[in-house]
Amino acid sequence: MVAPHPADGHPDLTGAEGPTVMFKPIRLVPPNTKFDFVGRRKPAFTISGMVVLASVLLVGALGLNFGIDFRGGILLEARSTEGPANLADMRSTLAGLGLGEVSLQEFGEPEDVLIRVQRQEGAEAEQIAAINAVQGALGPGFDYRRTEFVGPTVGAELIKAGTLAVLMAIGGILIYIWFRFEWQFGICAVAALLHDVVSTVGLFALIQYEFNLATVAALLTIAGYSINDTVVVFDRVRENLRRYKKATMPEVLNRSLNETLSRTTLTSLTTLLALLALYFFGGQVIRDFSFALMWGVLIGTYSSIFIAVPLLLYLKLRPAPAGTEPEDQGAAAKAAE
Amino acid sequence: MIYFAKWKVVLVLVVCAVGLVYAAPNLLDRRVVAEWQETLPGWLPTKQVNFGLDLQGGSHLLLRVDFESVITERLESLIDGLRTELRSADIGYTGLGVDGDSAVFTSRDPADAARVEAIIDSIAEDVEATVDPVSGAVAVRYTEAAVQQLRDNAVIQSIEIIRIRIDELGTTEPTIQRQGLERILVQVPGVDDPERVKRLIGETARLTFHLLDERTPVTEALAGRVPPGSELMESWERTEEDAPVNYFVVRKSVRVSGENLVDAQATISENRPVVSFRFDSAGGRRFGNTTRDNVGNRLAIVLDGRVISAPRIETPILGGSGIIRGGFTVQTANDLALLLRAGALPADITVLEERSVGPSLGADSVAAGKVASLIGLLLVAGFMVAAYGLFGAMAVCALLFNLALILAVLSGIGATLTLPGIAGIVLTVGMAVDANVLIFERIREEIRHGRSPISAIDAGYSRALTTIIDSNLTTLIAATLLFAMGSGPIKGFAITLGIGILSSMFTAIMVTRLMVVTWLRRTRPTAIPI
Repeated sequence: MVAPHPADGHPDLTGAEGPTVMFKPIRLVPPNTKFDFVGRRKPAFTISGMVVLASVLLVGALGLNFGIDFRGGILLEARSTEGPANLADMRSTLAGLGLGEVSLQEFGEPEDVLIRVQRQEGAEAEQIAAINAVQGALGPGFDYRRTEFVGPTVGAELIKAGTLAVLMAIGGILIYIWFRFEWQFGICAVAALLHDVVSTVGLFALIQYEFNLATVAALLTIAGYSINDTVVVFDRVRENLRRYKKATMPEVLNRSLNETLSRTTLTSLTTLLALLALYFFGGQVIRDFSFALMWGVLIGTYSSIFIAVPLLLYLKLRPAPAGTEPEDQGAAAKAAE
Repeated sequence: MIYFAKWKVVLVLVVCAVGLVYAAPNLLDRRVVAEWQETLPGWLPTKQVNFGLDLQGGSHLLLRVDFESVITERLESLIDGLRTELRSADIGYTGLGVDGDSAVFTSRDPADAARVEAIIDSIAEDVEATVDPVSGAVAVRYTEAAVQQLRDNAVIQSIEIIRIRIDELGTTEPTIQRQGLERILVQVPGVDDPERVKRLIGETARLTFHLLDERTPVTEALAGRVPPGSELMESWERTEEDAPVNYFVVRKSVRVSGENLVDAQATISENRPVVSFRFDSAGGRRFGNTTRDNVGNRLAIVLDGRVISAPRIETPILGGSGIIRGGFTVQTANDLALLLRAGALPADITVLEERSVGPSLGADSVAAGKVASLIGLLLVAGFMVAAYGLFGAMAVCALLFNLALILAVLSGIGATLTLPGIAGIVLTVGMAVDANVLIFERIREEIRHGRSPISAIDAGYSRALTTIIDSNLTTLIAATLLFAMGSGPIKGFAITLGIGILSSMFTAIMVTRLMVVTWLRRTRPTAIPI
């Protein structure tokens, strides 16, 4: 369909000086960058390894702040109809009900309060009684904008479904990439993906944001985005492997990363812009969700460049020409698992 | 790639036009569209995107039908039958009772096994009995098929009754459907008071009339000394802390039950809200007999095991109708009448999950979603034009078509838009331009490699294509799983994300290409402003 690609090393013809130009587009990334991304893999792997380890430890030590979706319990969003809500008063009123842990939080506006009540001992009927008790105790000065209650049965099912969804997504992606590329690409992509998912969960443990169904949706979206980003670079790696038969692996990988760098930054930026709009203007209810997605875009972009692609070095994509043998055999064995 | 077959041009234009027409009603106010539906020709689409409960306000309730209680009840009546039959056949037994899902007893003489089996066969058909010939232990349980039948009936009847109750509220388009074996999903949009919906659904509403046991003082019963045949019951009226106002000692045997009611209405009597009721002829007769034989005694009116009131019977009530007085407000009287008219649920209902959103929060979310989408769109559009000039503008134009297509598909297939769904659209806005970024970056590269404009554009589109498909399909895998595994709002996110991915592939590849090709033909540029 297309003539063979001309050999590399052409002069930089941007074409921007043509007569039809109306204005000169902005370039965020100059053409022909020559960053040695792959050469910096050691510090990147070290940092990422520490982040993943820290994430696991954080989840173990601090635990996740599970929302009612998973833990069961009650959530009420109340709006005071008599001016700003007095959290201290409300707190002492509700503490007297003997419902266990009750947490109050201002939610967006000074009138809005988010009330979380822990799961009550006993079955579903006890939970409903607790909702009534809270509403009775706070009296008529509140308008209930949202009432959510998840019973213990459903909570357990949601944990199962959520975990299963994330695992199946990762499995599905692995199979697809395996099918479209070679198995090495699949392994590296999933390694980067796991890195992103694990560190996102770690972040949620660190800052103790509520971990709920929306967070699982965010994790799946992050998985999708991270892979999307990785696949674009992999596509270029595959193309360049065929084109530059004599180049060493690090050369091919660096070239692929640099060639796609402009796209990587532009797409990350447009997605971030849209998410920023969502974070600041989309309302309080989905703020945490937008936050998770923004973090996901950043970490997904980082992991494609510094993890997924450099990892390819260790998986013998082609019969290695002299000098490209990776030095770090331990890491190779680890990555191949 | 530069050559565009005529039919493809037509196809792209038709898809875009249809998309715009189907998306258009969403720009208008709902009331305006409703009015237009009357006057416009029928072929014009007037469907708008359905808002999820989180956007329009409403209640989502996942209920469980406690059909075990139905089985237990059945077993108890089976035991009554067994007791009578075993006695009349003169078979000795011990330990007759319910154990889990079976009625159990031990016959004193294991040699009676054959006769026991015959008796069981004679009183119930859908049971299976195991008789231990050595110890004489007998267990009778309903067959798998019978249990299934009982469960199905309980769930189906419950759905019917819940539907009647909710329809009486006069809300629009409630969803009441069975989920799995024993669950019912109820979604009622646009209610102002979700608590009331829950009360109306959760109440079993079994009305029974009992005689009061006036010989046992309540204090005795509270101390645990309840005579056999009587029962301690709480008052239906509650204090603010949800504690009973009063206690009653009530005789267990049911004189008349709500099954015999034919009508119930809330009215005013002596300036207080009351509920008037009327029995069918059998119920009227029984009610008449009870009141005639017990003049001077107190009659307890019991709803779901709680005493509404216990008036003294002054005179026999023979007309088959009466009035229930209690601590009613106008609304509680209305609700009780409604529940009595709709009938009792065949089994208790447990609320497993509730998500209710008030109308004000829904409206706020819609407004916030609109602002966020618009600002996101403007930011991305500005950025694309700054980065790619004319080509960026074309990509933005394709992005608008993309949004129209998403709205059109959502309206067309009757999908539900939720708040996370709006987030999905905003995310799509950011990610949709990715395909164009890939193409444009490729074109830049090809130009750097010395290609002519036409050949660079051609190469740009064809080489970026596989990358676009690979990267989008992986995201689509994630979206599909979200849809399959997610519930409610999350499903909404998956739907918009999935539709967004598909439509963005179409608009980014086909629509921008058509624009670029047209521009190439018109201007025949020697260089590309990219």
